[in-house]
Amino acid sequence: MISQVFILSSKGDHLIYKDFRGGAGNDIVSIFYEKVTALTGDQPPVVMNHKDIYFVHIRQGGLYWVATTTAGSSPFTITEFLNRLAALVKDYCGSLSEKSVQMNFALIYELLDEIVDYGYIQTTSSDVLKNFIQTEAVTSRPFSLFDLSNVGLFGAETQQSKVAPSSAATRPIQSSREQGGKSEIFVDVIERMTVVIGSNGLLMKADVEGEIRVKCYMPSCSEMRIGLNEEFSIGKSQLRGYGAAVRVDECSFHQAVRLDEFDSHRILRLCPSQGEQTVMQYQLSDDLPSALPFRLFPTIERDNGGRLLMYMKLRCDLPPKSAAINVCATIPVPKGSVSLSQELSSPDQSAELKPQSRAVVWKIARFAGGTQLSALFKLEVPSLSSASMLEVGPVGLSFELPKITATGLQIRFLRLSPIQPGPSQRWVRYVTHSDSYTIRI
Amino acid sequence: MPYLGGEETVRELRRALSNPNVQSDPLRYRNTILKVIRTMSQGVDVSGLFSEMVKACATVDVVQKKLVYVFLCSYATLNPELSLLVINTLRKDCQDPNPMVRSLALRNMTNLRLPSLVEYVEQPLTAGLRDRAACVRRVAVLGWAKLHNLHPSSEIDAAVVNELYSLLRDPDPVVMVNCLRALEEILKEEGGIAINKPITHHLLNRLKECDIWGQSEVLRVLQRYRPQSEDELFDILSLLDSFLVSPHPPVMAATLSLFLSISSNLPVISLAALERVSGPLLAACGSGSREMRFAAVCHIQLLLRSVPGLLGPHYKRFFCGYAEPAYIKERKMQVLVELVNDENVAMILDELKGYCTDVNTDTAQAAISAIGRIGRSYSDRCLQILTGLLGLKQDHITSAVVQTMRDLVWVCPQCSDTVCLALDGCEETLQDIQGRQALLWLLGVYGERISTAPYTLEVLIDRVRSEASLGIKMELLTATMRLFLCRPAETQDMLGRLLHYCIEEETDMCVRDQALLYYRLLHCGIEKTREVLQGRRSDPSLGVLIGRPAKPVSQWARCFNTLEPLSQGAVEAESDSRGSPEHVTYNSKPNADLSDTLSCSHIEEVHSGSDSAMRCSDSSTNVLASSIAAPLSLSLSPAVSPEDFEHLWLQRQALHTERGAEKIEEVDCAWIEECVRCPAVLHCSPQSLQAAMQLVNIQTLAFTPQQMLPWRVYLYTHTQRSHSMDAPNTTLILGELLCTGEANQKSGVKKGTADSEAGAEGKEDQLVRKEMDATADRLRVSEDGQEEEEGIKVILNQQPKDDDALRQFLTILITVLNTLSSEKD
Repeated sequence: MISQVFILSSKGDHLIYKDFRGGAGNDIVSIFYEKVTALTGDQPPVVMNHKDIYFVHIRQGGLYWVATTTAGSSPFTITEFLNRLAALVKDYCGSLSEKSVQMNFALIYELLDEIVDYGYIQTTSSDVLKNFIQTEAVTSRPFSLFDLSNVGLFGAETQQSKVAPSSAATRPIQSSREQGGKSEIFVDVIERMTVVIGSNGLLMKADVEGEIRVKCYMPSCSEMRIGLNEEFSIGKSQLRGYGAAVRVDECSFHQAVRLDEFDSHRILRLCPSQGEQTVMQYQLSDDLPSALPFRLFPTIERDNGGRLLMYMKLRCDLPPKSAAINVCATIPVPKGSVSLSQELSSPDQSAELKPQSRAVVWKIARFAGGTQLSALFKLEVPSLSSASMLEVGPVGLSFELPKITATGLQIRFLRLSPIQPGPSQRWVRYVTHSDSYTIRI
Repeated sequence: MPYLGGEETVRELRRALSNPNVQSDPLRYRNTILKVIRTMSQGVDVSGLFSEMVKACATVDVVQKKLVYVFLCSYATLNPELSLLVINTLRKDCQDPNPMVRSLALRNMTNLRLPSLVEYVEQPLTAGLRDRAACVRRVAVLGWAKLHNLHPSSEIDAAVVNELYSLLRDPDPVVMVNCLRALEEILKEEGGIAINKPITHHLLNRLKECDIWGQSEVLRVLQRYRPQSEDELFDILSLLDSFLVSPHPPVMAATLSLFLSISSNLPVISLAALERVSGPLLAACGSGSREMRFAAVCHIQLLLRSVPGLLGPHYKRFFCGYAEPAYIKERKMQVLVELVNDENVAMILDELKGYCTDVNTDTAQAAISAIGRIGRSYSDRCLQILTGLLGLKQDHITSAVVQTMRDLVWVCPQCSDTVCLALDGCEETLQDIQGRQALLWLLGVYGERISTAPYTLEVLIDRVRSEASLGIKMELLTATMRLFLCRPAETQDMLGRLLHYCIEEETDMCVRDQALLYYRLLHCGIEKTREVLQGRRSDPSLGVLIGRPAKPVSQWARCFNTLEPLSQGAVEAESDSRGSPEHVTYNSKPNADLSDTLSCSHIEEVHSGSDSAMRCSDSSTNVLASSIAAPLSLSLSPAVSPEDFEHLWLQRQALHTERGAEKIEEVDCAWIEECVRCPAVLHCSPQSLQAAMQLVNIQTLAFTPQQMLPWRVYLYTHTQRSHSMDAPNTTLILGELLCTGEANQKSGVKKGTADSEAGAEGKEDQLVRKEMDATADRLRVSEDGQEEEEGIKVILNQQPKDDDALRQFLTILITVLNTLSSEKD
C-alpha cells in the first residue's frame, strides 16, 4: 500500500506530489528531503523512516522518486512500482529529466491517477493506460541542449544512413497517433558486463547480464517474431551444432512471449504493446565466448624526486572494424596527490586529477578495435611512501560498445504480421555497457 | 520549501480564472488551470482559488476536468462548504454514457475525503458496483473502502459486504483484487477478509489472470490461510511452484512468504523453497535497478541465516562494482563474509583488500571489519592484510584496523603476537575516538609485550586535562591500571597522577567513580587487583567455533518481504553479533581456573550451572563407556588448546604422508581413515554435535557451519586403558570428520517449460513421501532428497599408538554419529 508518491529534483524542488490516502502532514516532502540531505555523501539508503512513515525511494534521471508506505509493505513491490512509474513517465514524456517532468506534470498526475487508486496499484500496462490518458506530452524543442544529453547509445554513428538517430527512441509513445508520426519498432539487445581482472592479468570474474528490449511506436501490431541465433543454447549441457555456440546460463522471458517455436527454431513470438518492455533477460557467468574488450598494462614506480609515475598501456581487443566509445578509466591515486602532469599518446584523449574522489580520470572518446593507447601520468605526492603504492588501483573502466554483444547473441530476423499498411521501420540495435569493469594493479 | 511571491501569484491566477475572456477560450482556460496546478505542486498554498476552480469543473473537456479534480481533492478538506457545490457536477457525471467519465467522477467523489458528503456518495457507489464497465466497478469497490475509513466507527452495511464478497467472482481480475483490498480494510477489526477453502481455491485458480501487482496482493492475503490437510497443502505448493521462480521479484518474494507461512511446521519444505528461490534472488541481485539489487541482497542475508552454505558457489556475484553506492557495497561485504570457505577465501580476501583503500571511508572501514571477521577462521592471512594497511598511515584506515584487531584478539587470542608487533607507531596516525579507545585497550591488555606502551600512555595522561571524550578517559584509566600490574616500575608515577586528576579534578561522575573504584581496589592489595583486572576472559578451547549456528526459518520468516531487512536498524543488529566467546558458547566442561579467576557474580552462576551439568554427564559417560567397551575410558584433561591442536595435526599429517611414501613403520603413532555413512549429521547444529560429543568426553574444537561443503569438524580426546594397572596407558587422539559433497549446480530456462515443471512436481512429491514415510526409511529418503552419496570420512590420529584403544574409540564415535543421525528429523 502506498500512501503518497512524490517526485523531487536533485535540488529538492517539488515536482509532483500526490496523496492517495490522506492524513499525511504537509511537511512530509520536506522531512524526506532533510533526511536525504542530512546523510553524508550522495548515497542515502533506499529505505528511511520517520516515525511510522517509511520512505522508499529510487533515483532515476537525476530525480528522487519517492513512495511513502508502512513497515509491512513489500520492498520489492514498491521498488518495482517506482521503477515502472519512471519507465512509464519516460514512455509518455519521451525522456526522463527534471525538465520533461516539469513540462508534463499534468500528464504525470493523470498517469498516477490511473495507476494507483487509494494507494493500491491498479495497472501499469501501457496497453490499458493508453485508453485513459488524454493529455498530450509536451516535448522540448528539437535542438536544445537537453537533447544532446541523450546522445550516447549510438552517438558516434549517427552519420550513417542505415542507423537510426540516437534520439529516435526518446520520444513520447502517443505522439505517433496524433502527429501521424512514423510507425517504428526498436529491438535493442543490451548487455551489461561485470568483469574483474586480477593483478596478474588473469580473469577473476566475468558476468554478463543481458536483455532484449522492444520499444514499439506502432498503433496496431498483431504479432512480431524475433529470430535469435540458431545455435543459441541455455545452460551448460545443452549444446547445439558444432560451431561457436552462443550460450547463456539462465534465461527468462516476459509473460507475453510465446515459446512454441523457441525450442526448434529459436524464435520468440509476441504481440508488443506500445512503449517499452523487456522481452527476455539472460545471464552468463565466467565463460565469455569472445576475448575481453580491454586489457591494461600498468607500470607504476616512484622517481627520485618523490613523484609517482604511472605508465598505462590500454589495449582494445575488439574486432578491428568496431570501436568502443565514451571510454573512461578511473585510476585511484594516493591520498594527498597535489598535481598531475600527463603525456597522452593521441590528442583525442584527456585526463584530469579529481582530488575529492582521489582519482585520475582518463577519458577516451572513441577507441578503435585492435589499437593501443598509452598515457604517462606524473603525480606530485608530497607524502609519498612505499605504502602509498597500495592505494593505487584498482582501475575502473566504463565504456559502451555499440553494435557488439558480449555473448554473441544476434537477432536473425524481425518479422511483423500482418504486414503493416503504411511505411514502417524496424530497427535492431546492439550495445554492451560496462556495469563494473575492474582491473587490479 | 518556501516559495517567494506566493501571494502575488495567487492573486494573478485568480484574476485570470475569473476573466470572462479566458473562460470563453477553452485552451486559455485550460492553460490557466495548468498554471494553478503547477503552482500547487511547487508547494504554494493556492487554496484561496477554490471557488474559481469549482466553476471550472463544469466542462466537457476531460483533460480540464481531471486537472480541476487534482486541485479539488487536495483542498476539499479545507473548504467543506464549497465542496458541496462540486457534488452536483460529480453526480451528473456519474450518469455519463462514457465509462471513463463515470469512473473519473466516482473516483474523485470518494477522494474528496469529506465525511459530510457521505450521504450523497453512497447511492452512486452502489450503482457503480453493478456498472457494465469494469473500470467503474474497480473504482466503486475501492470507493467503499474509502468511505468506511472516513467513518471507521460506523456500522458496516452487511449488504455491501456481501456484494463485495460476491464480486470476488467478477470476470475482471482487477475488480477481484480490489474486492480483496476493500474487504481487508472494511473488515479490519474482524481480522480482515475470511479466508476459507473455497475463496482460497478460487483465488489460486485465477492467479494467472492477474498482473504482477494483483498476484503479489493475492499471495499476501493468502498467507493467513491454513490448509486443512497435507494433501491440500502440497496441491497449493505445486500450483505455486512456477510463481516461486518468477522473473518478477515482487511475485517471487510474495510466493516465498506464502510458502514459509503455510509450511511453517514443515522445515524441510521451507528449506527446499529457499533453495529454489535462490536463483531468482541472485538474478535480482544483478538487476539494472540498484534499489532492487539492494532489496535482493538484504533478503539474501535473511536466507543465509538459515542456510549458511546456500550461495557458496556464487560468491563472485557479491563482488562490488566500483560504481555501486556504498550502501550496497556494505551489504555485499556482509554477505561475502558469510560465504567464506577454504576454497574461496583467497579470492574473497583479495577482493576485500581492494575495497580497503576505497575513497569512501565508510566502505573502506566496512571492508576492514569484514576482513577482521574472516580473520576469526583464517587469522594468518587476514592479519597480514591488516598489518599491511597500517603502513598507509591514514587515520580512518588505521582506526578501523586497530578496532578490528581488538575485536579479533578477543576471539582469537593466538593472534596477539602479530597484533602487538603491528601496533608500533599507530598512535601518531589515530585521530578518532573509537580508534584511540581500541588502541588503549590493546595497550592495557598486551602492555608487557609492547615496549613503548608506557610512553604512549604517558603522553595521553599528560594531556588528559584537554581530553574531551569520556570513553577515552575511562579506557585510559583501565589501560593504565592493567599496565601497572605488569610493568609497575615504569607506570607507578603516571598512574598516581592520573588517579589524582580523575578523583580530584575530573567533573564527570562516571570517570570519578571508576577512578575511586580502582583506587580502593589497589588498597586491597596487588594480588586482588590482579585477579580482578587480569582474570582469564574465557575458556580458550571454545574460542574457535566457526560461524554462527543456522537459525530456524521461522525466526525471520515474519519479516521477509517487508521493509525491515532494508532498514538501517538491521545493519546495526548484524554488527552487534560480534560477541566475545562468552556470549557465543554455552556451558561446557568445568574449568578449574574459572572459579578462582572470575569473580563476577553473573559468571559464577553460569559456572555452577555447568558444574551440575557436568556431574550428570560424568555419570552418563560412565554408563556409556561401560556399555560399549569396558576397559576404555575417555577424558578431556589435559586440555589441548586450538593452537596446539593445529600444530600437532599439521605435524602428524606431514609425518603421515612422508611415511606413506617411504613405507617406514613408526611405532608410536597411528593414522587411520574410515568412511562412515550418516549423512544427517551434516544437518546437525554445531551445538548439538558438540553437546553429544561431550557426553562421551570428546572435545570438538572447530566446525564449519552446517550444510556448508566441504563440511569439517575437528576433535580430540585422551584414551585411558583401565585394565593395565601398571603404567598409565594414555594416548591422545586427534580427529577430523570430513564430508566433501558436490553441490549440484542448477541452470536452465526459468520460465516454466513443461518438463521443468514436471520435475519440480516430482521433487515436491518426493518431499511428500519423505514426510509421510515411517522413521525407518528416513535415512534412505533423505539421501534421495540430496541426490548424492554422502559419506563422512573420519581421519584419526593417535599417539602413542594403541590399536585396540583406537578401534574402541572409533566404535564410540560412530555410535554417537549414528545416534545423532537418527535423532535428527
